[in-house]
Amino acid sequence: MTDLKFTRTHEWVKYTENKKAKVGLTDYAQQQLGDLVFINLPEEGDAVTAKETFCDVESVKAVSDVYSPLSGTISSVNEDLMDAPELINEKPYEAWIAEIEDITDTADFLTEEEYEAFIKTKA
Amino acid sequence: MKLIFETGQEGRRCTILPNLSVPEYILENDLQRKQELMLPCVSETEVSRHYTALSNRVHGVNNGFYPLGSCTMKYNPRINDEAAGLPGFTNIHPMQPEHTAEGCLEVLKEAEELLCEITGMNAMTFQPAAGAHGEFTGLLLMHAYHTKRNDSKRTRILVPDSAHGTNPASAAMVGYTIVNIPSTEHGLVDLEALKAALTPEVAGLMLTNPNTLGLFDKNILEITRLVHEAGGLNYYDGANLNAIIGRARPGDMGFDIVHLNLHKTFSTPHGGGGPGSGPVGCKEFLSGYLPGHRVKRENGNHFQLPSDESIGRVKMFEGNFLVVVRALTYLLTIGKEGAADISGTAVLNANYMMKKLADTFTVAYPGICMHEFVLSLENVKEEHHVSALDFAKAMQDYGMHPPTMYFPMIVHEALMLEPTETESKETIDYAVLVMKELYTAAEKDPQKLKDAPFSQPVRRLDEVAAARKPVLTYDFTQV
Repeated sequence: MTDLKFTRTHEWVKYTENKKAKVGLTDYAQQQLGDLVFINLPEEGDAVTAKETFCDVESVKAVSDVYSPLSGTISSVNEDLMDAPELINEKPYEAWIAEIEDITDTADFLTEEEYEAFIKTKA
Repeated sequence: MKLIFETGQEGRRCTILPNLSVPEYILENDLQRKQELMLPCVSETEVSRHYTALSNRVHGVNNGFYPLGSCTMKYNPRINDEAAGLPGFTNIHPMQPEHTAEGCLEVLKEAEELLCEITGMNAMTFQPAAGAHGEFTGLLLMHAYHTKRNDSKRTRILVPDSAHGTNPASAAMVGYTIVNIPSTEHGLVDLEALKAALTPEVAGLMLTNPNTLGLFDKNILEITRLVHEAGGLNYYDGANLNAIIGRARPGDMGFDIVHLNLHKTFSTPHGGGGPGSGPVGCKEFLSGYLPGHRVKRENGNHFQLPSDESIGRVKMFEGNFLVVVRALTYLLTIGKEGAADISGTAVLNANYMMKKLADTFTVAYPGICMHEFVLSLENVKEEHHVSALDFAKAMQDYGMHPPTMYFPMIVHEALMLEPTETESKETIDYAVLVMKELYTAAEKDPQKLKDAPFSQPVRRLDEVAAARKPVLTYDFTQV
């Protein structure tokens, strides 16, 4: 997991080839949300802005916004989540939400250790 | 329990109709149904037993305590239903000539006058069918106001993070962009954040006061002044009016538009027993935009007039009229002095219950609350893995409806309780006793709470499966 970067709004970022990055929700986020029942995915080609909403997820408790960790363009979305949002609960670090390209800006990232320390202060 | 479609027999009927006393009329072919209507084939005995069985399986305010926060589940006096059952109100048709139903127009006029006095508004419509419908209507008034002034840049609605979920949803339905205003650590609107958000694009602010934390925002005059200075309007969500009725008026706080929930504050049936009613009141300068017709009174006569500037109608005719009859009956029963007793007792009951629980539970925002308060079970969840949901389910086994859960969203593992003014000290004392017992059980035998409820028609429901694989229609091929 050391190749992941984290945000204070509980998203993870993993840089892939060709200067693209995959983003998803952290394990802590999925625990807090509870069982997900629906995800409102962004669309391919959408321009997204770092720290602004680009997706929302619905659990039995509530609908919550997901913030984009990056500014750029959505190059692909994980369509599997449409029918199975529970993948985020089961394997949060494999269930990526979207891949972003043409990255121009980022949120303030935390390392894994920093993020672990950050969520401890939340508890 | 069987569904009504699974009882009865083909061809069985319920009513014995009298012989037709007028000539039979056959509809033209293109107006006739092509497909047979799927109706249950049951006798009156079966209908009666079916609904009695259903009523035995639900919990209403007539069964026991119902502290569902922000829903004001007060007892609805029977006299309201007696008034609503009078033939003069039930044997009418909205299309009959106006002068033959003047008594009904008088009900609307009188209810409008009393509710305007309570809220500090100048005009009101009874068309909206419920609270969120009222929000939608109120925001359409706001939109009409800005449009009339050719002020088309105003595309944003400010909503505090403690707001009811319907507020941002209604604003989105009208096409507005929602800007979230955070709360301070004391649970009130963050004034600095509000000032920063008050751009020329702001159409208005939606606020519930007291808010969903049960706190009255002491900066309310400052808040509404700031919004007005920025060119926006102030919308009051009346969901929590029960806390201030007879003592403070949204109109005096600087609000321009309000919606009321007659089914909350004004003791008309609520939830499955509805229908609801969400009248929208406004200040004079917005009254021309109201939907539907306005009831006018002249020399003791009542009649309706349309408005050229009206946003159009949002529901057929006069909304859920009999609900208005009930609310008016309630108001006339309690009288002017009684209105302040509602809020006084509601606030006293909430504070009494909160204080009694405070030595065991974590109160999210300690201090004096209004009509409701919020507990956080975050510590119980962490230490004993018993959640607010487990608590809510376990409370059902003690003959009470669970409180509102996981709301407001700024409190983790929230339980939101609103006892209302119609509960006695004994009822509240018993609820406190039960909740403390459950707290002890959470420490000693957490599995007991996780397995609850034990006494209900169904055990713990699989909420996740219900949301992921909902079955929303009845499959008639099963019959």
